[in-house]
Amino acid sequence: MNPIQWATSPWGQRVPIHIAWYLIWVAAIAGLAFLIFHAIWIRYFAKPEEFATTAPGSGPRYAIPEKIQRHSLAARLFHWVMAAAMLVLLFTAFLPKVGVRFSWVTYHWIAGLVLIASIIFHIFHATFAMDFWSIWPDKIDLVDAKNRALIMLGKSAPLPRRFAKYPFENKMYHLAIVFAGLAVACTGGFMLFRIHTPFLTRNPYLFSDMTWGMMYVLHGLAGVGLITLITVHIYFALRPEKLVITKSMIFGTMDREHFLEQHDPARWDVSEKPPSPPAPATLESPLIDPERGTV
Amino acid sequence: MAVIRDVMPDFELFQPASTDDAVTLLADYGEDAWVLAGGLDTFDWLKDRIKRPKVLVDLSQISELHGVNETADGLEIGAMTTLTEVVRHPTVISKFKLLADAAESAASPQIRNQGTIGGNVSQDARCWYYRSGFPCYRAGGNICYADTPVGMNREHAILGADRCVAVSPSDSAPAMVALEAQMVIRSSRGERVLDAENYFTNPGIDITRMTVLKPGELLTSIRIPNTWANTDFYFEKVRDRPVWNFPLVNVASAKVVSGGTIQRIRIVVNGVAAHPWHLAQVEAAITGMPANEATADLAGNMAIQGAVPLRFNGYKLPLMRNLVKRAIRGTMEA
Repeated sequence: MNPIQWATSPWGQRVPIHIAWYLIWVAAIAGLAFLIFHAIWIRYFAKPEEFATTAPGSGPRYAIPEKIQRHSLAARLFHWVMAAAMLVLLFTAFLPKVGVRFSWVTYHWIAGLVLIASIIFHIFHATFAMDFWSIWPDKIDLVDAKNRALIMLGKSAPLPRRFAKYPFENKMYHLAIVFAGLAVACTGGFMLFRIHTPFLTRNPYLFSDMTWGMMYVLHGLAGVGLITLITVHIYFALRPEKLVITKSMIFGTMDREHFLEQHDPARWDVSEKPPSPPAPATLESPLIDPERGTV
Repeated sequence: MAVIRDVMPDFELFQPASTDDAVTLLADYGEDAWVLAGGLDTFDWLKDRIKRPKVLVDLSQISELHGVNETADGLEIGAMTTLTEVVRHPTVISKFKLLADAAESAASPQIRNQGTIGGNVSQDARCWYYRSGFPCYRAGGNICYADTPVGMNREHAILGADRCVAVSPSDSAPAMVALEAQMVIRSSRGERVLDAENYFTNPGIDITRMTVLKPGELLTSIRIPNTWANTDFYFEKVRDRPVWNFPLVNVASAKVVSGGTIQRIRIVVNGVAAHPWHLAQVEAAITGMPANEATADLAGNMAIQGAVPLRFNGYKLPLMRNLVKRAIRGTMEA
């Protein structure tokens, strides 16, 4: 039951070659077990979620719109392109291992390239065009997560605050996907040197057997981890109470009602500023004369 | 690595007397079971300790797997029929000389006396990296040692390689594909019949196997229909020595020529890919054309389209081209 398969290299060195394939089933069963447990918990045991009232003076500065922009078009396109690439990668990687035989390598590396490209786009887009820190857990998230856990266990604790743009679970899921996704993308990128592609010179001796072996193991572990993560993700996307979030990933917006119920306007400012009155002409704000230029 | 030779390892030996018993055993032991036919491929693997099955299912006692039987549609050859029996069978000689020639070109007389037709078509790759126990793709690893900048790949694939570049070393397999044979496969779930062309797999689909046989399945017989009986056959094998060696490249073809025009033709080349390479596009292109030198040239040049030689096997391109040309001509003249 060794989770890693080892072999003896031509030079007598004991090297890892890849994960043991039973881990595919472990990951799939873990994902299914989680969703069954969660569904039972929500149906029979979970209490309605309660939040602390928003602190006075921390409310929206301006009016909250009827529809709140949650995901830009670029962010949504990235998500769905990455989702398609990820599903192709998982199916082409693991279906042949469980007995569904087809010629999978070409589909796999093309989808891998799409994934790598989409990740690079996302890193730049999130850094320069989005609120970069909004997806990372902060101190308030951790304190509130602890309080929610204590309340769930029947102990007394202060009520948690409403969420910022992303609920804590979203942030933790994103963190897990970041680690697993980067692991498969980086190792997969190097693996392109092991196969024939139109744009890379094949070089199987780029690394030592041990390094390659570790790379294959990491690729496999992250890959089977993604089976669990994506199973859980699809499950949450389809849960009735999460459909608002799922729809926002399709249409980009969520309703004001849901926003006020779940999110803290002080932590996620979505208010629309009223249009500013025209500024009076002063020496500090030069007027533009269309005929003569700056005056 | 091969460290112990000539000493058999421990395994449990079963010698079933019927096909039913054999498939039951194979179903019971699954991937732990190894089918023993003539033993010529098996014993190398076992003595070198590279394959370590827990159970050997010896088919030698199953009489229903032996022999060549004439049927209304052609011939049915039991998988345990020896190559010598196939070569000497009068109907094989009279109607399917292509198969007799192909089987007779395999190995040496002693080996053909022991080796079976089922084992010959199903035999594993002869890549020495794989045979030496290196952890290559075919052995479940993550590299092809033959397809590296320093790999010795003189005998390896020029077509259809996908990570692994090993080739099918069978002489009878291309003849089976050329004759549109059907492979009868039994398992505890029943019987399935496959065209010979679909019996062989490629590394893109299953990099650890040469055939589609799964654990628990057994090739029981090969049916050869009368479709190509008594047509013009051509078989030629090029190897390093006149006897015993595996093919560098071989070609098997059957054709019907009428009034100097090719009416229908099957051409299959082996030793160039992981499975017998059926030249269906070449066949389509030259059907209806005159059986002459120009057509032979066209076929030869078409046959090697898409071939990608490795460092040491570029010679296989002109070899394959010329063998196809000779198959069209029906003569071994240069």
